[in-house]
Amino acid sequence: MEILVCVKRVPDTSENEIEVNSKGTDIDRDDLVYSVNEWDNYAVEEAIQIRDKVGGTVTVITVGDEEAEEVLRREMAMGADKGILLSDEAFEGTDGRGIAAILKAEIEKGNYDLILTGAQADDGAGQVGGMLAAMLDVPYASLVNYLEVIDDKKIKAGREIAGGNQEMNEIELPCVLSIQTGINEPRYVGIRGIRKVASLDIPVRTAGDLGLDASAVAPKVNRVDYFVPEPGEGAEMLEGSTEEIIEKLVEILKAKGGIK
Amino acid sequence: MSRQVFAYILHKEGTPDDTALELITAAKKIDPDASVIAVVTGSGDNLNTVCNEMTASYSEVWKVDHADLAYPNAELVRKALVGILPKDAVVLVPHEHFGLDLSPGLSVKLDAPYLPDVVDFEGVEGDTLKVIRQEFSGMVSTHVQADISGGVVITPRPGSFQPDESKSAGGQATDKSGEIGDLASTRRYLEIVEAEVGEVDITKSDVLVSVGRGIEDQDNLEIIEELAEAMGADISCSRPIVDAKWLEKSRQVGTSGQTVKPKVYMALGISGSFQHMGGIKGSPFIVAVNKNPKAPIFQVADVGVVADILEFVPELTEGIAEEK
Ligand SMILES: Cc1cc2nc3c(=O)[nH]c(=O)nc-3n(C[C@H](O)[C@H](O)[C@H](O)COP(=O)(O)OP(=O)(O)OC[C@H]3O[C@@H](n4cnc5c(N)ncnc54)[C@H](O)[C@@H]3O)c2cc1C
Repeated sequence: MEILVCVKRVPDTSENEIEVNSKGTDIDRDDLVYSVNEWDNYAVEEAIQIRDKVGGTVTVITVGDEEAEEVLRREMAMGADKGILLSDEAFEGTDGRGIAAILKAEIEKGNYDLILTGAQADDGAGQVGGMLAAMLDVPYASLVNYLEVIDDKKIKAGREIAGGNQEMNEIELPCVLSIQTGINEPRYVGIRGIRKVASLDIPVRTAGDLGLDASAVAPKVNRVDYFVPEPGEGAEMLEGSTEEIIEKLVEILKAKGGIK
Repeated sequence: MSRQVFAYILHKEGTPDDTALELITAAKKIDPDASVIAVVTGSGDNLNTVCNEMTASYSEVWKVDHADLAYPNAELVRKALVGILPKDAVVLVPHEHFGLDLSPGLSVKLDAPYLPDVVDFEGVEGDTLKVIRQEFSGMVSTHVQADISGGVVITPRPGSFQPDESKSAGGQATDKSGEIGDLASTRRYLEIVEAEVGEVDITKSDVLVSVGRGIEDQDNLEIIEELAEAMGADISCSRPIVDAKWLEKSRQVGTSGQTVKPKVYMALGISGSFQHMGGIKGSPFIVAVNKNPKAPIFQVADVGVVADILEFVPELTEGIAEEK
């Protein structure tokens, strides 16, 4: 099975405090620690497990600048066979639809049976997979937390819905799925693993290579600014020494019925 | 003619979802003069019940009845909607598991811009709609705009808009079933697999000690267990704890986990994502402990402590023990 996994390099929210820059045009990107979007690791792990079971290849792909190559390498260290970087100044500032259009252009040059994305990335939009599927005219299922290959034409996919319940679907290949966290336990990648793939070639494709002109990636949706909303009243913050805080908190908990 | 805004109504077993009335408020925020039309897809008696109920709140209800739509398979619903919606439709679908399944593809097929997970609207100027979204798990907000002259697909965040309870529309249902065209798809819905029941039913707990990714390591869960025991509370958690398999799925609070209604909720090392908070109902008293003073959880908590839970929690347990 030919599997493609779309990944994204994002600022790691557990390692950074995300703040708006002084002009409000972007977040402050100085000294940010970047990593692979959390959801994408699950997608890559799933792809590797499927390949190991039924054979085939796993290709990881991203749209980004040259620094995005590091996340491709990380996913190759996990076990992906190939990486492709789609990079061009013309891609900067595009929207989700543009990213999907760029991916589509490359995908049409290949012969993929299964295309996976993460359920969402740093902007919380969760849009690229669904758009890509619609553009390719293949079925889509989002929030997949169970995946089983039935044969080389069909899969069974469980979608996570409300209350921890699961919606089971049978889907014909090729298709696009967005993968939800928890579907598997992504393997750990050590420094040694990254070194092993350091010299592998990762081809770069530009707008020209993909036959895309500016209008194909012109954004329909534009971010005007970043801001931090006026904080509401918020919580009453307990301050003082740890002892004082605990004394106050115990009193409050007792009053509210929090200590039985 | 006034702008038409179409609200997709989620429903289950004949009962509309809470978002059904929230979308009216969202639509009016986009354009106070808009005519807002409920679109209800489904089949049989359940569908009729929902359509009838919606006519109280929407002046126009579009009903789409088809046996294949008895369960909302997003691929089929998308085809039906593309069949009936006008070219310049403003379409609202709640941003939850179904909205995420349907909306990105719908926007492509309608050739309209997509505005996902919208928490507020600034309104329309000319043909430009400006909305507010959040990025980076709610740590920053953005204004985002799009030209909606050719329509737009928007997924408003559930719980971000007050439900419009006025129920004074006195509306009418129109049957659109004849216009949907072919619904064939190569994605077939099979069944729902219900969540496993866990050892503790956190939906019945009065006091919950809830732990998030801030606990860092499975071994550290011990301090949470000790605190819960001292308080006489049950333990719940956020999603990453379940993903890591440190606690069972039935302890997860949130839109894809359990909906809890405790009196007191202790959020320890939890950032306060909307999917997590969406599982907390009945306005409990919320105590948050987080090492980041800017964590969004402090916006919704009643009492907050900026501290490292690994140090603070054992001291709190001791403090409670001394009191007893
Ligand atoms: C479709 C969908 C459905 C989802 N459903 C759910 C759901 O049902 N339930 C759910 O919970 N999530 C759900 N999520 C995930 C959700 O978006 C968040 O990713 C998740 O809630 C984050 O969990 P968290 O707060 O524990 O972790 P994080 O967001 O990583 O927050 C950890 C917090 O701990 C703090 N911290 C770190 N170390 C310490 C320390 N030593 N002491 C004190 N504080 C510390 C940090 O400052 C941070 O605020 C869903 C996501 C999607 C896309």
